[in-house]
Amino acid sequence: MFNHLPNHLLVLPIVLPLLVGALLVLLEKAQSRWVAAVSLASTLALLWVAVQLLLQAHEGSVQAYLLGNWQAPWGIALALDRLSALLLLLTALVALASLVYALGGDDRQGLHFHALLQFQLMGLNGAFLTADLFNLFVFFEVLLAASYGLLLHGASAERLKASVHYVVFNLTGSALFLVAVGLLYALTGTLNLADLAVKLPQLGPENARLAQAAVLLLVVVFAVKAALLPLYFWLPATYAAAAAPVAALFAIMTKVGVYAIARFSTLFTGDGTGNLAGLLAPFLPPLGLATLVLAAIGALAAQRLRGLVAYLVVASAGTLLLAIGLGTVGALAAGIFYLVNSTLIACLWFLLADRIAWARGADDALSPRQLQHGWGLYGALFFAAAVAVSGVPPLAGFLGKALLLQAAGSTPLAGWVVALVLGSSLAVMVALARAGSRLFWKAGPATALRMDPPRPAHLTALFGLLALLLALAVFAGPMHAYAQATAQQLLARQPYIDAVLDARPVPPAYDVRQEMRERGELK
Amino acid sequence: MLLLLALFLGTLAGCGVWLLLRARTFDAILGLTLLSYAVNLFIFAMGRVKVAAVPIVEKGVTATLVTTADPLPQALVLTAIVISFAMTAVLLGIALRAHAQGGSDHVDGSG
Repeated sequence: MFNHLPNHLLVLPIVLPLLVGALLVLLEKAQSRWVAAVSLASTLALLWVAVQLLLQAHEGSVQAYLLGNWQAPWGIALALDRLSALLLLLTALVALASLVYALGGDDRQGLHFHALLQFQLMGLNGAFLTADLFNLFVFFEVLLAASYGLLLHGASAERLKASVHYVVFNLTGSALFLVAVGLLYALTGTLNLADLAVKLPQLGPENARLAQAAVLLLVVVFAVKAALLPLYFWLPATYAAAAAPVAALFAIMTKVGVYAIARFSTLFTGDGTGNLAGLLAPFLPPLGLATLVLAAIGALAAQRLRGLVAYLVVASAGTLLLAIGLGTVGALAAGIFYLVNSTLIACLWFLLADRIAWARGADDALSPRQLQHGWGLYGALFFAAAVAVSGVPPLAGFLGKALLLQAAGSTPLAGWVVALVLGSSLAVMVALARAGSRLFWKAGPATALRMDPPRPAHLTALFGLLALLLALAVFAGPMHAYAQATAQQLLARQPYIDAVLDARPVPPAYDVRQEMRERGELK
Repeated sequence: MLLLLALFLGTLAGCGVWLLLRARTFDAILGLTLLSYAVNLFIFAMGRVKVAAVPIVEKGVTATLVTTADPLPQALVLTAIVISFAMTAVLLGIALRAHAQGGSDHVDGSG
């Protein structure tokens, strides 16, 4: 490894948005008209980097990148495996769709939209790449800080109220995160994820309870982000209040929590982890199922389209955590397949809901009101998106759920999983059918406001996402193969641990100390 | 010493949680501040409590937790303090704006 340069592409998803975000703040100040172009170019570049990284990760090995050329676990390391690479690509796709949609006018509703978006991307990418627990905390705070700003974008009174709740809730979550970090450090003397995965199973029985408490506390923190019962109540209000492109971007934010729980449940509580093995198995699947049921009820009871869509996000989080909790290769692979699909759909739904509300005179209450334009267009999109989200053939949402049910068949919870997943799918379908018939078929009073038809940017984002969803259904075979390989890599644990702990610093090309020693200036 | 620290931490965290559960933004912000103090002290204590020791390796002394203080929790606390300080400032800004718009500092914007 000594003769081989580190793969600097690995650090680009963090560095690129950071530098571009800082540049955009300056450009905004100078009122440059290049702001939107630079932001778009940077996000496209990020997409290219993410595709390259995915191709590298697909070869099967885990790559580690030592920040500051310090060997892990003393320095902070980044690690790229199949799961990280997939989430990086998903982040770039969602960000691109949100950004293109925002170029239709939403980005000028408030200050610093583009800069905040780039900082949010930096936090997201960092959280997906880092192999250090405290570094993960820092990237979490970066993405949350940017999300506070984005949530307030184009501030209304409702948004301010939702922001206060959201910020307080997340700050409390951060405090718990730090408590867990402190406990793990006190127990093992390390914060590197790979090193923790080695050292936690070696703890004696006297420390087992403390280690379990620390890991469970971490899972609680991420369950807040991932919107697991009983910690999801902040989500519908927040997501329904945010501006449409922001809510669409936030579709990937719950997935950070899902990602972290997937990473920790496999690395810390997988097979061969001693006292911690199977720690989450009794909790996660029942909580995931309960989340799914309550989300379906929430969707049925929603009075506004945005509220309905927010509950669809909660339902997808419940399904994902159920898949992670079941913990078999098949269930994890189904979860990863479903994750890609559900993130893209959530993004599409938030953007579509905003356009429909706009055509009805900026009103998304589920009551009769006349659509001013786009009856056929929005109706068709609504139908396609409803098919995709409720898990009906032929789109990939169906395949994700079918794979999950198939994988759950061999677990003790099989009956519950089949009944509740299918039941909640039916409830979501009923809720969407009811919403669709009220929005499109009932004639109601028109508003006096005249609304513009959708701009090209809006249509590009909507149809781009729809094309991605169709592509996912067409290429479901390769996608599922990738998900399967990802699940196997996650459950194997050892490749990740070895890659991070065996990575060696690059020897300096020019050693100043050596030269000084030779000249006798240094003893 | 340890008992004192534990009692102090517990009191801080308890007061923080109690204030956080009140429905006024000002109280909630004070509660979060107390909670973050408690958490910072907690991280500090997790590096083992050590009086009159520097986190620097000296010549001729093998650096263990008996002879030296652990520098890493100190660095972690420093980062955590900066972050919680900045986040409190952001939250204060949002709360002030909500107060100015809604005329009330109730967390639900009314009452």
